[in-house]
Amino acid sequence: MNIHEYQAKELLAAYGVPVPAGKLALTPKEAYEAAKGFGGKAVVKAQAHCGGRGKAGGVKLARTAEEAKELAKKMIGMKLITPQTGADGKTVRKLYVTEMIGIKKEYYLSLLTDSANACLSFIASSEGGTEIEKVSAEHPEKIAREQVSAEVGVKGYTARLLAKKIGLPEENLREFTQILQKLYRCYLENDCTLIEINPLVLTDKEGLSALDAKITFDDNALPRRPEIAALRDELEEDPKEIEAEKYGLNYIALDGSIGCMVNGAGLAMATMDIIKHFGASPANFLDVGGSANEEKITAAFGILLSDRHVKAILVNVFGGIMKCDIIASGIVAAAKKTAIGVPVVVRLEGTNVEKGKEILRESGLSLISADDLGDAARKCVALVKAGEEA
Amino acid sequence: MSILINSETKLLVCGVTGSQGRFHTAQMLAYGTKIVGGVTPGKGGQSVEGVPVFDTVREAVENTGADAAVIYVPPMFAADSIIETVDAGLALTVCITEGIPVLDMMRVKNYMRGKPARLIGPNCPGLITPGECKVGILPGYICRKGHVGVISRSGTLTYEAVKQLSDRGIGQSTAVGIGGDPIRGTGFVELLGMFENDPDTEAVVLIGEIGGSGEEEAAEFIRTKMTKPVAAFISGQTAPKGKRMGHAGAIISGGRGTAASKLEALGNAGVTLAPTPDRIGEFLEKAVKEAGVYERCLLN
Repeated sequence: MNIHEYQAKELLAAYGVPVPAGKLALTPKEAYEAAKGFGGKAVVKAQAHCGGRGKAGGVKLARTAEEAKELAKKMIGMKLITPQTGADGKTVRKLYVTEMIGIKKEYYLSLLTDSANACLSFIASSEGGTEIEKVSAEHPEKIAREQVSAEVGVKGYTARLLAKKIGLPEENLREFTQILQKLYRCYLENDCTLIEINPLVLTDKEGLSALDAKITFDDNALPRRPEIAALRDELEEDPKEIEAEKYGLNYIALDGSIGCMVNGAGLAMATMDIIKHFGASPANFLDVGGSANEEKITAAFGILLSDRHVKAILVNVFGGIMKCDIIASGIVAAAKKTAIGVPVVVRLEGTNVEKGKEILRESGLSLISADDLGDAARKCVALVKAGEEA
Repeated sequence: MSILINSETKLLVCGVTGSQGRFHTAQMLAYGTKIVGGVTPGKGGQSVEGVPVFDTVREAVENTGADAAVIYVPPMFAADSIIETVDAGLALTVCITEGIPVLDMMRVKNYMRGKPARLIGPNCPGLITPGECKVGILPGYICRKGHVGVISRSGTLTYEAVKQLSDRGIGQSTAVGIGGDPIRGTGFVELLGMFENDPDTEAVVLIGEIGGSGEEEAAEFIRTKMTKPVAAFISGQTAPKGKRMGHAGAIISGGRGTAASKLEALGNAGVTLAPTPDRIGEFLEKAVKEAGVYERCLLN
């Protein structure tokens, strides 16, 4: 789960990590008041779940409170288009107005889960404020990485090694060490999967401050972190994904034209791959899981049909535990609820496959059946292409 | 022969009284798996499908002589369940549970270090030695007893591969689903080593996916240590960056874990790569023909 920058900074501040003072503003008037509180000079930052906000015009400097108000007028409701948002962009609904601080130097600092080594890792760099992927690719020598065990915590030497590598002044080592320890505590106590401070700045008052912050959380742990789950902003998510989640479906919207319904994440990805292989694009990733009932399948089909980009639907189910007749009944029930205006190719295999095929045959629906995954993908892609030419 | 499980395996089912545990206990028994006991705290003394239920794993082991366990415990309690089976001295634990918090698995992984215990999963379909023993949720009827090992990060893609092999008259020695989580027990490399050492396995199918570096490590092992032919498929070749595709481990972040990097590493290690998921069986057949062991892989 993602949260906004202002939420991330409030959480970090609660752990004692130094952050610039800031206020959430939902209206130009609130932006004005907030800037006034900082003496007029302020930074107005669009709050949206995407990186690259600065380049997209989502971060502006105001010299007066009046100017902050004018900026807020323009920014609230604007579409933020960054490499992470896709062409549709994200609508800005909230602003974060922060005090302006003098910057001497920008660093990068993050803490993340190091799955391969079953530990946490700090990553730090002297090159803050830019994309860390870029630094990593172009100047790998400027990236410092230190592992930390989730059992013993951050030791002084870890902080010293990182500080040396990124050229942090000796005077700031103590503060830096404390920041690392606070990030570590925050990470474990909230089931984070990433805390990224980019940049961590050395201010003109010779102190450190987290100028920007991003935190992501482990979805699997949200049931035991209700206070974190409450930070979720559903307006930042695709409504189809939220609908799918209600039914326990694993759905991710993509931008192609073939709607996919598959059981199992690996098979769902493989189905996307084979669609691409034959020259079309998937409209989504959808794993209905192993325990889907008829109601879930009906809901899943409804979500696919609600996507106006979908020109054909491919159902690919290999029933192991999931029974094919349940999938078939769900499709028939969905067709009764909503008229299916696009061709549907169905490939069923596995448990109760004959029963499933019979249900589909007797339904009178004009479905196209396929023998195997290759056959299904070929037929579906051909249908979409024929539709484009027509 | 086979790896990890066979007709002698004496299995415990943790979470046996839950709906999943109950259903799959019946399924595994029907397949012929020797289930000697079940565990659910507070339900000791009951029985499920004729299997005696115990309150703790240790009591179950003392009373039944079990040597392996399968876990169907809900995600928030599954990590504790794994630790309990390790503490009870079981050599093999298979965790089916999906959705365990990653920090829990981190602690489990570190706790298990150096102990004589092996974990398969979590978030996996389990494993099967056709005709002998099934541990987990795989549909047994698609499998045929034979000489090809299967290792996969995905459940249904395992079924896809196994069926394609069976349809071609190629049986399996053991098929193992290692799970889709970022931190898991046994990985590709260890299982490749076991199949390499298993006299009854002639070739291996490896099914990987985006995220992590397990496939790259597998490629290095194959290049330097394996003599048996390997065919592979990687799913998620077209998955967009930064989106978590169902499996908690299937994400491309920071340019790492891409399908391209995995395919390149496996290709360089001499692995036969299936271009699409419907051709895994076909490319395994190609690999065993080139290695001259095709006849040995065919069903009698």
